Amino acid sequence: MPLSHLSYDTARVLAPRGRLDHDNCEGFQADLAPHLQACERDGLALVLDLSGLDYVSSAGLRCLMIAAKQASAHNSRIVVASMQPVVSEIFQISRFNLVLEVFATMRDALASVSPQAAAAFDRG
Amino acid sequence: MRVRFWGTRGSIPVALTAADVRDRLAQALLAASGRSFASFGEAYAFAERELPFSLSHTYGGHSSCVELETGHDEYFVCDMGSGARAFGAHVLARQGGRPATINVFMSHVHWDHIMGFPFFGPAYVPGTRIRIYGCHEILEQALRLQQAPPCFPVAFDQLGASIEFVKLVPGQTREVSGLSVTPQLQRHSGDSYGFRFAAQGKSVVYSTDSEHKLEERSETERFVAFFRDADLVIFDAMYSLADAISVKADWGHSSNVIGVELCQMARARHLVLFHHEPANNDRAIEGLLKDARRLEELTRGAQPLQISAAHDGLEIGL
Repeated sequence: MPLSHLSYDTARVLAPRGRLDHDNCEGFQADLAPHLQACERDGLALVLDLSGLDYVSSAGLRCLMIAAKQASAHNSRIVVASMQPVVSEIFQISRFNLVLEVFATMRDALASVSPQAAAAFDRG
Repeated sequence: MRVRFWGTRGSIPVALTAADVRDRLAQALLAASGRSFASFGEAYAFAERELPFSLSHTYGGHSSCVELETGHDEYFVCDMGSGARAFGAHVLARQGGRPATINVFMSHVHWDHIMGFPFFGPAYVPGTRIRIYGCHEILEQALRLQQAPPCFPVAFDQLGASIEFVKLVPGQTREVSGLSVTPQLQRHSGDSYGFRFAAQGKSVVYSTDSEHKLEERSETERFVAFFRDADLVIFDAMYSLADAISVKADWGHSSNVIGVELCQMARARHLVLFHHEPANNDRAIEGLLKDARRLEELTRGAQPLQISAAHDGLEIGL
């Protein structure tokens, strides 16, 4: 799952697409690693825009949890936003809405990171 | 084959309290406001059909004990949790004084899985034959230990039944009076073993006290193979997924979500959520069941998966 990123001041945004499951979660973790390291190095928050994610399995949720724990241990932070209804339901069913910081929109997520990140998003 | 659940709770038996019963009655009366019932039958039908299961029933409180009825004269049962007391009463009533032969399959020897044995009535009846099957070396020692002074007044050697211990080997299928059984090692403190049973063209998997580490793909595939095409999978669904892989990781249990995923991958037909968390009340267990059914609906492939939550007294015919 190739992950290109956008930057909004103190936030780096990634947008995984398709499915995140037993078949590709190891690759996703590997693809995520350099972005996590960059966020930790530069003091940024990582925002996952999940609007293109169709499905996440338990293995995919575990990847997200590990990444969030790693970020937290290195003075960074991961938040997720803009989930499709199916993915949002899976978060609720698995109680992962209590594990990860979840926001309805990208702007809400960026505003939780910093006013500067939200302002940068508003500027487009 | 028929599967009968005598004990479904994990870790320790629980019971409804006086306050629980009072609150349920009050809620049922509220739900029946404006209704009148001419007979007990009408009131019974209302309770059965119109009230939620978590109000009109209870998932129950006995720890693990599940019977498999194959049509053979002999009895087959998984684990001797506190549900074994009621199972024993059932055996005695059914036998009408004739000695029984009972085959017990032990997943492991944690206390909640053996605590019913000292209260298992047939064990006190001379002429009864009890064969206890399991993969643990310490099976006999554990059962003897819980009846040794000062823990219990009747020593194991004083039991009237003839009791035999039979060692099973993981991965090796054994025929037991017309029922084939294959044990599989599971991740749990001190190890536990799941059992895949088959008889009369039907298959049942009993897989409790089993944690699934999602990072080990080979382990996932091992369980998918174990559950493959099973008619019924009785599955340790003690926690939510979030709890099972974070704060309660390495506690040796699993979740409703992983149960759905494994059964879907294995194309099993019916998943039964089992080994309920003692801290969960009936409404919470009903919530986990609804969540599991919704997840199945969201992710359904070619074959639908039926999902139930086990309760003491549940019977499933295959």
